[in-house]
Order: sequence, then structure tokens, then C-alpha cells
Amino acid sequence: MGLMRLIGQGKATFTHGIHPPEYKEVTGAKDIRRLHFAPEMVLPLSQHFGKPSIPIVHEGQEVVRGEPIAKADGFMSVPLHAPATGVIKRIGLMPTARGPKAEAITLKLHAGASQDILYDMQQDVDGMTPEQIVKAVQDTGMVGLGGASFPTHVKMTVPAGQKVDTVMVNGCECEPYLTTDHRVMLEYSMDLFAGIRVAMKAVGAERAIIGIEDNKPDAIRELRKACPGDGSVTVGVMKTKYPQGAEKMMIKALLGREVPSGGYPSAVGVSVYNVATLAQLGSLLPDGRGLIERVVTIAGPGIEHPGNYLAALGTPLRFVLQQLGFEGDAKQLILGGPMMGVSVSSLDVPVTKGVSGILVLTEEEKAANVPKQVWPCIKCARCVQACPIHLNPSELGMLAAKRKYDVMEEQFHLNDCFECGCCTYVCPSAIPLVQYFRIAKAINRENKERAA
Amino acid sequence: MVDKAPVIEVRTSPHVRHTPTVDQIMRNVVYALLPVCAFAVYLFGISAIALILASVLACVGTEQLFCRLSNKPSTVGDFSAVISGILLALTLPPGFPLWMAALAGFVGIALAKVMFGGIGLNVFNPALVGRAFVQAAFPVAITTWTPARAPGRFWEFIPSTWTFPFALPTPVGQWVKDMAVDGFTGATPLALSKLGNGVVPHFATDTGNLFMGITAGSAGETSAILILVCGAYLAVRRMMDWRIPAAVILGTYLTAEIFHLMDPSTYPSPMFMILAGGLMLGAVFMASDMVASPVTPVGVWVYGILIGFLTVIIRLFGSLSEGVMYAILFGNAASPLISAMTQPRVYGTSRKKKARA
Repeated sequence: MGLMRLIGQGKATFTHGIHPPEYKEVTGAKDIRRLHFAPEMVLPLSQHFGKPSIPIVHEGQEVVRGEPIAKADGFMSVPLHAPATGVIKRIGLMPTARGPKAEAITLKLHAGASQDILYDMQQDVDGMTPEQIVKAVQDTGMVGLGGASFPTHVKMTVPAGQKVDTVMVNGCECEPYLTTDHRVMLEYSMDLFAGIRVAMKAVGAERAIIGIEDNKPDAIRELRKACPGDGSVTVGVMKTKYPQGAEKMMIKALLGREVPSGGYPSAVGVSVYNVATLAQLGSLLPDGRGLIERVVTIAGPGIEHPGNYLAALGTPLRFVLQQLGFEGDAKQLILGGPMMGVSVSSLDVPVTKGVSGILVLTEEEKAANVPKQVWPCIKCARCVQACPIHLNPSELGMLAAKRKYDVMEEQFHLNDCFECGCCTYVCPSAIPLVQYFRIAKAINRENKERAA
Repeated sequence: MVDKAPVIEVRTSPHVRHTPTVDQIMRNVVYALLPVCAFAVYLFGISAIALILASVLACVGTEQLFCRLSNKPSTVGDFSAVISGILLALTLPPGFPLWMAALAGFVGIALAKVMFGGIGLNVFNPALVGRAFVQAAFPVAITTWTPARAPGRFWEFIPSTWTFPFALPTPVGQWVKDMAVDGFTGATPLALSKLGNGVVPHFATDTGNLFMGITAGSAGETSAILILVCGAYLAVRRMMDWRIPAAVILGTYLTAEIFHLMDPSTYPSPMFMILAGGLMLGAVFMASDMVASPVTPVGVWVYGILIGFLTVIIRLFGSLSEGVMYAILFGNAASPLISAMTQPRVYGTSRKKKARA
């Protein structure tokens, strides 16, 4: 590790982390294509972090593409827009990626509709005040498209007493397989710069840095060319390492600052956005439109036509698989990347705002990646050397086995774990460490709620 | 087209893994130990083979026995008992009676490993606990050395090897005399250095010979260079933490250097300390035992340097000529404490704040 660090010096990065195989070659070189519209779309009311949206349509109502169909419930919430022209078929429980069924709006498309966006309203973005921008961003229904689904307008609201000097634009895309951000940077660079200007104005930052891993030299080149001459926007190149795209790791790598434990990046003067988020904002805001589609990497050995596709939100996975073809021995469907993504249990789960990838893994991957046996911890310290937050996963794992969840939180910083999965990836004993930590956090949360 | 729905499984992330498993790591440690075993056989002949086999069989057999007794699936397949067996044999004199070696293996595995709950849970290195037991029980047999590269060693057992269980070992004095190896005093270089105060100069043994390993000593603790090469194989494959041997050697060097500078005629040179006896074997293969060493980055340095320091102190001032074994056992005992005191600084927190809270 020490030697590797010496050799790799010169490019910004963080300490620890892992180097999983990338599998980005196939999809990274292909242009983004549009996916067909599914005959029925499913739109969960909670596709974001925060309160679910409130439906403003009723069953049987006709809607046009781009029309709001649910409104935000307070500040920590976003509205929802119709991804296609059709009729509201049902408002009720539907399967979700996370497991339990949740309220969703089901939209039946008009087969003959041209699917033009008929619902928009021109607005002068350059003349807006920061407060007006925040409101306008909330109206687009925008959330972090990198996967966290945190409402973007909340990020753009700098807490009182804090000052943001840098907007950080996340183009790392450190998860294996995923290439959406890569393609977005190449194909929507003008929209991206428009979005960066909006974000800088909203938070009052003087500069922006686009952070890109060095495995995407074409994106680095293109964006450097497109950067404005005044030096307000620059490209920061980082070493290719997982989880470089985690905002804490990126801030450490590019600015040398550490977000305080339990705090947000604004505490150290930084506001972080995914490239796809800002590129979408750059194109949506001037027309006053809502978020109705996103770029998704659809890949994995189980898929016949892998690539990056512009998919309407609400497209069910079943339809995606039918369109792109899958191999017979498909064994696992993952929303997101293979390190942090969620394994889905139903093909009726739709593409939502936070879905950056759909991976289809086969029996072969399962054989290679699912351990046949779990051994006791042999204290090899590989996890300690992998944890980007410098936790002690070995100790945490042993405490979890003893169910000392409170000790994990109080003495070993359990809540600083952001579940990147590095510890589990390197564990020779095949201990499901991250899963232990998720359970521990959930139990601590429940205990606190019960006490309150 | 519609009917071809896949059967999907649900698992938790991460969905990819890439790492050698426990049994693969342990098997590689065995591979790395094989050249050391081969060299021991080259030096000491057929008795060394018998010793290694007896020790490995005892260790594996003990683990199997206890798995059977406690109705648990056999854990012999993870190769960790094989490692303990080989390491134990390598720390014993080549002519050590086989029944004593087997007893050491039994005690090491039963007392230091199985009783603590098996692999991953042992506090002490099982091989060293086994050796510590025979050191206490059979002080004569464990300090009876035979010359390296004796003629006819390949087909002739050292007489003490086949001692009947619970009988006193056959004396090897006459056998060694018959071999007619010039100048062999029946002592290891370390023992010589100890006696050396006034009688024989401690630099009687050339450090070059120590480096290559052509001296009297325990079966496998003689060739420093070979052990280093085998350890490097593990370190490059990231199956051993290179910082631990480095810290042990550093600790030994620093401590020995201080004494050597104070009085070069009494205290041996640091190079001698590093190359002689079991230090290299202990540093590379035993102190680095993952289970019994700390997990924190700072902790491994503290642990290694502590072992080096204790080794030199025991060698210079103790009644034993060799101190590596007890130094590592002390290090093992201290490692949970060292781990606890050297927790890494977590991202976004400061040490100072924690101290205040």
C-alpha cells in the first residue's frame, strides 16, 4: 500500500480505497440512445430523500408529457412530472427497489401520442436571484442523479452562518460498469456548464471544480477545452480509485479539506453536485420543465445490447429487459452500481430518479463473487487498510456479532460509515460487514425513536 | 419474448468481491514455508523431515479431534493447523524427539487455539505456545543441537529422534563426535555469544554464514536470506503485512545498537542480533501472524518494535540464549491493548476533540 501510494503520487486522491475491475469499456464508448416508451409507467411518490410528493391528479385524468402530477410536501420534498402523455390508471401501492411496496402513480400511455413536451414556460435564468433559483430548481423536481437522490434545491440552500466558496462537480463515476456521467460529460457539456453557472450563483461560490477520474481522458480533454477563459471553472483530475466519487473523498482529494463528522460539505465551504444533475438542470431551467427522463447505463454480462440509454422515469425493468434482451441465465438485477447498488426482487420495479445503472449479472458472476463459506475474522486488517473513512471495520464487525450496536456508534464512529462496501469487498473471511453495519444503524435508529 | 422472465436472486451489496479467501491465504503461507523446510532438510537430513511430519500431523490431528468432539464441521481444510505444525517444527532442534514434538503440537493447538474458539480467536500464536511448553518441560532436549551439513545425514537419523515416548532422549554427544565435525561445540551462535563474555569471542560466528544459514540451530531458523525471500513472496501477494517484520527488525536493530555502542566488547553487533537465532523466522512468519497481531496501522509498528526490543533484552540479560519466542508471546498478549490504543483517526474527526469529550 505504502509503495503504491509513492508510485501513484502526483494525482489527487484520498488514502485507502480499492481498485475493483472497471468493466466500462463496452458502454463508455457508445453514444447515448433513447429507450422506447413503455406502454405503462410506474411513478413512486417517494423517489427522493425526504417527504413523499402529494398527487395532484386523480385516476382517469388525462395528462400531457411534462405536466406536474404530484407536488412537493414542504421544503424537504420535490414535485413529480408526467414522463409521457397518457391517462392516470391507478394511484396505489406498487413494488419498489428497496423492498416494501409504496404509493405510486401508474400512467397508461396513449399509444398514438407523439410524446412531444407540451408543458413548459420560458424563464430568464440569468436574471434570477439565488432564492428564485432555489425555488425554480425545486419546481423541476431535481434530485441528485448520482444515486443519493437528495433534493438539489436543499443543497443549494446554504445554511445560515456558512459560506460556500467552491462548487464541486462530481464526474468521478467510480462504480464499476457505470458510464452515464462519462457520456453526459461528453455529449451534454454545454448544458453542464449552464448548470454549473446556476449552481455557483445559487450558493454564491466564486469557482467550480469538475472532478474527473483519470480513466476518462476524453472527458477531461473535452471539458478543459470548454472551460470559460476567466478560470472560474476548472477540471480537477483524480486517480481512478473506488470510492473516489463519494463527496467526502472528492473534497479531501481536490481541496484537502475534511467534512466534519456528521456535517455537510457546506461546513467546509463546498457544495457538491453530480454532473448529470447539473447537465439536466442546465437544459430544464430555461424552459421551466420538470425532470422526466434520465440517462441510465444498462449493462452486465446478462444483457444483449448494453449501452447508455435515455429512459423515461417510470419505465419498468421488465420492459427494459424485453427491449434490450437478456441472456437466459440472468441471476441478479441491480439498480445502481455493483458496489452500492440495490438488488431488486421484482421486475415491476421502475426506473426512478436515482437509478444510474441497471446491471444484469449471470450465474457466472454469482459463482465468482458469492463466497461459499464465511470464516471468523482473522484480523488481517485488509478492511482497515481499505476503509476510506479510516474506520476499523474488523472491530466493528466483531462488535456487531456481539450485538453491541451502541458501542459501535459511541466508540467506533459507526455513523460515519457511508456503506461504500470496500471492507466487504476485501474481506478474505467473506464476512458481510456492510450489511452488519446497515443493520446496526437501523437498530440504533429504532432504539432512539423509541426512546424519544 | 414476454414469457422469458429470468429467475432473479436478491443479495446485499457489494455485489462484486475480489480477494483471496482465508484458505487461499493460509495455503500460500504453507507454500512460502516449503523452501524453508527444504533447506532445513538439506542442512539436517532425514531427522528434519520426520520432525516436520510429526509436528504437522499432531497439529492437524488435534484440530480434527476437537472438531469431532465438539460436533463441529472440520476446520482442517483452512490450512491454519498445517502452518502451526510447520512453524513449530522449524523452531525445534533438528534431533528433537518426535514424541515431544507431537506433544508440543497437541498442546499448542489444544491450549492456544481450540480452547479460544479456533481460527481467528486465538490470542497467542499456537506454534509458539507449543514450543514454550516443551521449553519448560524438556529443557535439555530443546537445547541439544547437532551440526549442520553433517556427513551421511540424509540416511541416518539423529539418535535422539526416535526416543521412546516418556523416555529420556538418547545422548547425541558420541554421534556428533563420530561425525568428526571440526570445532563443533554443541552450541548455537547465540549461545556462543552468551558464553562469550571472556571465554569465546561473540563474533566467533561469521555473519555471512548466519545470513546463508549454515550454522547449528533449530531446524528452520537458520537461513536469513531464504526466510526473507519467502516472506517477500507473501508480502508481494499482500498475504502478509510487511510492516511487522520490518518493525521487528527495526526494533531489534535499534535496541542492539544502543547496547553495542555502549560496550562493543560485551554486546554483540546489531547485524549479529538480527541474523542469529530465530529472529528472522519469528519476525517474518510468527510475529506477522494476522490473528495475534494488531490491526491498526500505527499498532503494527508499536507491536513489531516491542517484539524486537524484548528479544534483545531477553537475549542479553535473560537466562535463555534465545528470546524471540517469549518476545512474540508478550507481543501477542499486548496486541489487543495496542490495537485499542492506536485506533486510526476517523475522517472528519480530530484526536484533540475526542480527548476533550
